[in-house]
Amino acid sequence: MKHELVLLKRVDSPAGPWLAGYQADGGYQGLRAALKMAPADVTKMVIDSRLRGRGGAGFPCGLKWTFLPKNHPGPIYLCLNADESEPGTFNNRILMEKDPHQVLEGMIISCYAIRSQTAYIYLRYEFGESYRILQRAIDECYAKNLLGKNILGTDFSLDIYLHRGAGAYICGEETGLIESLEGKRAWPRIKPPYPAVEGLFRKPTIVNNVETLACVTHILARGVEWFKSQGIPADPANPRDVGSYGPKLYCVSGHVNRPGCFELPLGATSRELIDEHSGGVWKNRKAKAVVPGGVSMGFLSADELDVPLDFEAPLKAGCLGLGTAALVVIDDQTSMVDVVYNTTRFFAHESCGQCTPCREGTSWMRKILERIRAGQGQMRDLDLLQELADSMGILPGTTICGLSDGAAWPIKNALTKFRQDFVDYIQSGQRAPQSTLAAAH
Amino acid sequence: MSALTNEMRDLIRAEFPKYPNLQAVVLPALHIVHDRQRCVSLDAVREIAELLELQPAEVHDTMTFYGFFRESDNPLGKRRVWVCRSLSCALRGGEDLLEQLTQRLNCVPGKTSADGRFSLEFGECLGVCEGAPCMLVDDVCHSNLDADQAVQVLEKLESGSSSPGGTKNESAIR
Ligand SMILES: Cc1cc2nc3c(=O)[nH]c(=O)nc-3n(C[C@H](O)[C@H](O)[C@H](O)COP(=O)(O)O)c2cc1C
Ligand code: SF4
Ligand code: FES
Repeated sequence: MKHELVLLKRVDSPAGPWLAGYQADGGYQGLRAALKMAPADVTKMVIDSRLRGRGGAGFPCGLKWTFLPKNHPGPIYLCLNADESEPGTFNNRILMEKDPHQVLEGMIISCYAIRSQTAYIYLRYEFGESYRILQRAIDECYAKNLLGKNILGTDFSLDIYLHRGAGAYICGEETGLIESLEGKRAWPRIKPPYPAVEGLFRKPTIVNNVETLACVTHILARGVEWFKSQGIPADPANPRDVGSYGPKLYCVSGHVNRPGCFELPLGATSRELIDEHSGGVWKNRKAKAVVPGGVSMGFLSADELDVPLDFEAPLKAGCLGLGTAALVVIDDQTSMVDVVYNTTRFFAHESCGQCTPCREGTSWMRKILERIRAGQGQMRDLDLLQELADSMGILPGTTICGLSDGAAWPIKNALTKFRQDFVDYIQSGQRAPQSTLAAAH
Repeated sequence: MSALTNEMRDLIRAEFPKYPNLQAVVLPALHIVHDRQRCVSLDAVREIAELLELQPAEVHDTMTFYGFFRESDNPLGKRRVWVCRSLSCALRGGEDLLEQLTQRLNCVPGKTSADGRFSLEFGECLGVCEGAPCMLVDDVCHSNLDADQAVQVLEKLESGSSSPGGTKNESAIR
């Protein structure tokens, strides 16, 4: 299928990443259009586009904005979630580094729509290039009256500040982000109240992902119909499905020949992404499993590579969701025991420690997997893993945030879809060599 | 003698107008001090607290939540090197790279080499998975590395060469 690149259109554009080039390529037309409309009408466009959040949860963006209290005297805050730390995911970084004004324009439009005059970009510390590029782009905006007082002669004023994190995955969870921005430990809050009602500095707050707000730029510039012409329409038989519209940045990494970031209409399949875009599985091997959207989402098996990667289909295949649409491809020479050991170690390291099932559950799962990898596993360890995984998370109702569900899901999927890998490990009494995943290299 | 220099105090104060309260300046202040002093000492914590009208315990609590900040018993070396150990990198040799750098820099993760040149760390997904395996030096990422290339990158940085070589954060975008 042929389609025009929009989100990645200006990557390495001859016009360059800075303001003059962005405007020469037609940038800030979306903002100019928005400023001629009433804020409520901008929100309505975003609602009508059915844009869903790209940060992992897929929540309808415009709908979230309507949860802000009406006629609030302010301040209302917008936080751009640029903490991007879900293993496998790097599309936010590419947007910020390669086309920063596309992201800033989306923020400015969104702040106008929600009547926010102060916005923060919560940027993970590791993105030093993004930090310097965004700061320069923000400075350009102030110099050209795209930020600051009375933007482009209107009565709308806005300040955007960059705030750097300090290397913790949990700062990507929206209320962890808020606590961290307030200068505290990034302990996610119990919800409700949701941030739209009581968020940053206890004021109404909207948190959105970088790619989500980049989409807002193009919805304003190109219209609702353009956005809805891409993707997978809502299933009329499912009243809860709001559809998966618009372009999506798919990340592909792991065992492929050419890892990268690809813009396709929502609903691309893993097979298409692996074979047509990233040069196939490396070393002429076959894919054994694919992480569909960051490691929190679990795994698709080799039989499930034709599942459309929209917001609905991965759920039906037993995954936690589309997540960040970051594929990690795993070849058929790799044991899934080693893979889930790696993901579990990650979550055990990143659990913020507030909820006992998460703090203890992730470290026990890690220890059990260490035992299996040391050649000392027993078959009943699999029941233990299952029990732990089933009992932690928002879905079973035992934890405050979704990190726990994301820690449990790879284990649950692996025990169901790749059980033989565990059995092989246990029955052979085999010890994993020091760095097993790398041994496939 | 005060732990914070006047420069640091000015930089910290310059953050105040960005936020409606002073507590929000804790992370920026910790970064300002940590970048320059390679650790945040307890004296520095007390002085940051005083500037921000907080209790030292509040600053210390935040600081220690993030494994990021080193205390004065374990300061950073000249450069901080993070090797990613998360899935996309591990699938392409990330753990090997970390192991080999541990030997070649003669430094275990979390510590600093005896000559003070490098502090080594394991990183969790650095957000550059298309360049796996990758390594972050301070806050600049280097991609697609084996141990020889990684050491080369570090040596070139050390000798102050303007172009460190390797593929510096080169995104594969198609
Ligand atoms: C543990 C955890 C980590 C998260 N990390 C991120 C992240 O790095 N970036 C992001 O945009 N959303 C992340 N999210 C999702 C946010 O909580 C939130 O849903 C999102 O920022 C909302 O923006 P969106 O609606 O535009 O997607 C994370 C969620 C959880 C539970
Ligand atoms: S689920 Fe885990 S990460 Fe989330 S708040 Fe609880 S302990 Fe922290
Ligand atoms: S897994 Fe190493 S950068 Fe993402």
